[in-house]
Amino acid sequence: MNQNSHLADRKFIISGFFIFVAIIYILRLFYIQIIDDRYKLDARNNAFRNRTEYPLRGYIYDRNGKLLVQNVLSYDLLVTPKLAKGCDTMALCQILEISKDEFLRKMKKACQAPNSPRKESIFEKQLSNKVYAALQEKLYRFKGFDVQSRTVRRYPRPIAAHLLGYVGEVSKEKAAKDSYYLEGDYIGISGIERSYEEQLRGVKGKQIVMVDVHNKTKGRYMNGLYDTAAIAGKPLFCSIDIDLQEYGEKLMKGKKGAIVGIEPSTGEILCLISSPSYDPNLLVGGKERTKNYTKLYYDSLNLPLFNRALTAMYPPGSTFKLIDALIAQQDGLITRSTVYPCHGGYPPMGGRPKCHPHPSTDLPGSIATSCNSYYSYVFREIVDQKKFPNFEDGYNHWRDAVRSFGPNTKLGTDLPFDKPGNVPSIKYYNKIFGKNHWRSNTVVSLGIGQAELTLVPLQMANVVASIANRGYFYTPHCIKGVGVEKKLDEKYKKKNYTYVQNQEAYNNVLDGMQKCFDAGTATASKIPGIIACGKTGTAENPHGKDHAVFSAFAPRDKPKIAMVCFVENAGFGGTWSAPIVSLMIEKYLTGKVTRPEIEKRMMEANLIGANHVSEKKTKTKKRH
Amino acid sequence: MRKEEDSIFYGIDKLTVFIYVILVFMGWLNIYAAVYNEEHKNIFDTTQKYGMQLVWIGSAFFIATVILIIDAGFYTVFSYFFYGFLLLACIAVPYLGREVKGSRSWFRFGSFGIQPAEFMKFATNLALAKYLSNVNIEVELSRKNRFIDLIKNYKNTIYAVIILSLPLLIIKILQDETGLALVFIAFIITLYREGLSVNFLIVGLLSTLLFVLSLVIASNTLITLLAVIACLAFLFIKRSLKHFIIVSLIFASASGVVLATNYVYDHLEPHQKTRIDVLLGRGTVNLKKEGYNVNQAKIAIGSGGFFGKGYLQGTQTKYDFVPEQDTDFIFCTVGEEWGFVGTSSVIMLELFLIIRVIMMAERQRSPFSRIYGYGVASVLFFHLAINVGMTIGLVPVIGIPLPFFSYGGSSLWSFTILLFIFIKLDANRLVILR
Repeated sequence: MNQNSHLADRKFIISGFFIFVAIIYILRLFYIQIIDDRYKLDARNNAFRNRTEYPLRGYIYDRNGKLLVQNVLSYDLLVTPKLAKGCDTMALCQILEISKDEFLRKMKKACQAPNSPRKESIFEKQLSNKVYAALQEKLYRFKGFDVQSRTVRRYPRPIAAHLLGYVGEVSKEKAAKDSYYLEGDYIGISGIERSYEEQLRGVKGKQIVMVDVHNKTKGRYMNGLYDTAAIAGKPLFCSIDIDLQEYGEKLMKGKKGAIVGIEPSTGEILCLISSPSYDPNLLVGGKERTKNYTKLYYDSLNLPLFNRALTAMYPPGSTFKLIDALIAQQDGLITRSTVYPCHGGYPPMGGRPKCHPHPSTDLPGSIATSCNSYYSYVFREIVDQKKFPNFEDGYNHWRDAVRSFGPNTKLGTDLPFDKPGNVPSIKYYNKIFGKNHWRSNTVVSLGIGQAELTLVPLQMANVVASIANRGYFYTPHCIKGVGVEKKLDEKYKKKNYTYVQNQEAYNNVLDGMQKCFDAGTATASKIPGIIACGKTGTAENPHGKDHAVFSAFAPRDKPKIAMVCFVENAGFGGTWSAPIVSLMIEKYLTGKVTRPEIEKRMMEANLIGANHVSEKKTKTKKRH
Repeated sequence: MRKEEDSIFYGIDKLTVFIYVILVFMGWLNIYAAVYNEEHKNIFDTTQKYGMQLVWIGSAFFIATVILIIDAGFYTVFSYFFYGFLLLACIAVPYLGREVKGSRSWFRFGSFGIQPAEFMKFATNLALAKYLSNVNIEVELSRKNRFIDLIKNYKNTIYAVIILSLPLLIIKILQDETGLALVFIAFIITLYREGLSVNFLIVGLLSTLLFVLSLVIASNTLITLLAVIACLAFLFIKRSLKHFIIVSLIFASASGVVLATNYVYDHLEPHQKTRIDVLLGRGTVNLKKEGYNVNQAKIAIGSGGFFGKGYLQGTQTKYDFVPEQDTDFIFCTVGEEWGFVGTSSVIMLELFLIIRVIMMAERQRSPFSRIYGYGVASVLFFHLAINVGMTIGLVPVIGIPLPFFSYGGSSLWSFTILLFIFIKLDANRLVILR
């Protein structure tokens, strides 16, 4: 024992040092295990993956419960690049019908952020049936590749493309804004699919799965305690009649234009046709879809993606005279027996606007014969009436009365992208002519639905429905209800009243419209056994041949259908639009067509190509 | 009473053995969790590491028993023999052993592997104890600080340092096992207890501090800072030539350390550089590459919370996010599945064992036993501090096992031999005075 006592004391220093280090470590552990939450989150990110279970999108039925849109399985090819090394690239390229360069490009994309070589990502979307069948047999040979099924839309009858719209991948901006969507998710892009996206999409299911360091699934977290099941989207009952829609599309084949049918007693849209159209089945499917979309998008002659029923702004032409007749009667300016002179034109303006030869008529006769001079008088009576010493007040009165029927307003329909049309404001004309440099005679052709006056087919159909209802309309909408309980928004159950509430005025106008079929401009289209009311229109168009317009509803009492048809560059309304409307009304009301020769003539007529005028130009910009 | 004295277990410290058994058992539980695989649930499945570890534990118990049976004198007598024999083995292994996973430190016998470097620890400890107790002097600076004493004592210190340096250099240079080599630095603690000047430790600590600082701060700034400190020193000390020279020398050598550090750092191997960078947070650490190990270790431990996720419930552990989790990173399993309760318990248990060994060392009448005991405590402490420190990001990643916990036959055997020789020496403390 030869140690000094001061050396023995060093045991305290050594032990103290050991204990000191241990305490530091325990404090550090206390910090990272209890205080700092960062590592718990990192651990979750490491080992947990949120898997989404996609709900079935709601089916869409027509008003009679016939299937319009369904879902079918489609297959995406997935790849985990790390595992796919050394697979037979050439064989796979052959099956997928892609080049080796494209293969490498896709592989590179699967390796780069946000994807990763260890992570499974989509290699090729929505394989065609042929490719899938070929791949299925040999999939075992391609290590690292897997197939995942998803559902896509299928349209049993290739109709109503514009109304139904289509579903596609959500945009990056939308995905960033709306937490429901992740990149690559599907969303309704147009039509009903867009308007009723929330009801149709359902609720995504969520699964928390655990993965190991190689991203291999190891089972569900807590045996699925926190998982939720996907809830399928609600079925949608569309208000259109699938047979009527299909028939209308057949009639419009070879023609540009639109047909809109509305049930006046509810505001439900019975058919919404925009021609030329396309098969909605073209816009599902991965590679095909892009190809098809591009093809449709660049078809500048036909503009098949352009929804004319909602966005083509046509001058209504003579069909607009109905509104003038109603307003003038409401204001007490004319009666049933009022007669205005017509000598092949409007006399005060030196025979402009022109008119076709016919005897001078009373009010119903003026509608049946569609007298331009008569309505030039009526328009100026309304605008220049004594009640309004100031011209601008008179003009605004007329404009507001017109707008109460729907033109130049957003109707509030449930279809996206509708245009308001134009009933020119005072400001608008002041810009063209200068303040106080225009009067009712300057813009007199507004009275016959020409000049700068434009509206979209849906609005014109709404005007007809208001007349059929004798003074009110329901906001047009294209669904009967959502889900099995068929829930419908209250705003579609509310009556909107027009300026004209004088029932005698309606009676007089309807007499004229009925006479239109009996002894007027649409006699050739008279429907046997049905008392229908109609009005032809021939909308002048500065860029080409006139548009043929026809508005009608039937039956006169308790109307079941109000309809308008525009056929571009077709000429006289009675020749093209009236027969089409009459056939459709007959088909809808009786279920059959008694005039096969007219039907045949309409179906076979090809009016495209006769006059190469692109649709956009139909928006009348210049006064003529 | 006589009967009891005849028993080979007479006088052994039961508490130490008890803690040892607990640690080994806990270690096995965590190895089972780390390699846990639903397809292989049988704990005796020797194709799995937990099955193998049972074999290692069984044989370790056997070795422990043999050590207790052998007469304590054997260890003192054959100290230098063990040292020499194992030193030769360490030299031979890079030439005779087979390369396993790029490591040249293994002798292979069929499917078994033995790392002689692991056993170098107890042999070096024996040799150091033998040398220091034989010269029968303390490695101490005389308080009088006479010149002749300095030489005499430094000579002893230098021999002691040579005993420690040989295995260190051989293992580092020939086998390139940094972790196994650095352990021998731990014996400085023994030297300190036996009288090594505090100045050595202070100089050592300051050098280490300067080393770290010069990695963090630009060397020009640091040298300027040192110059300022030196100038300040002149203001407060007695102004004489002698003091001036001393302060100047200190300043010069400190600056030398700073400059040397950058030289050494530049000549480190890339993976060692990145380990230091990761620890000091220098530059951008890529958590997918060089920072992956430490980051995953911290995630596993940090996600454990207070009570842990429960045995076999650790997602990071089960799904292999932490590399080397059954060996060097076994502490992560403890952290994730047993939480703060588990980690602090393991640290306290290991610390308790170490303190217990120090207490036992202090009760020895023979310097040999005392010195050997301190060696045991130092080695265990070094392993604990480095191993746990690296998993929680306090020291750079150096691959050394957690005593009695980590998977591996060589390390378990080595720690068992190290500890049980001391238990045997302790049991004999009343019998003879050496």
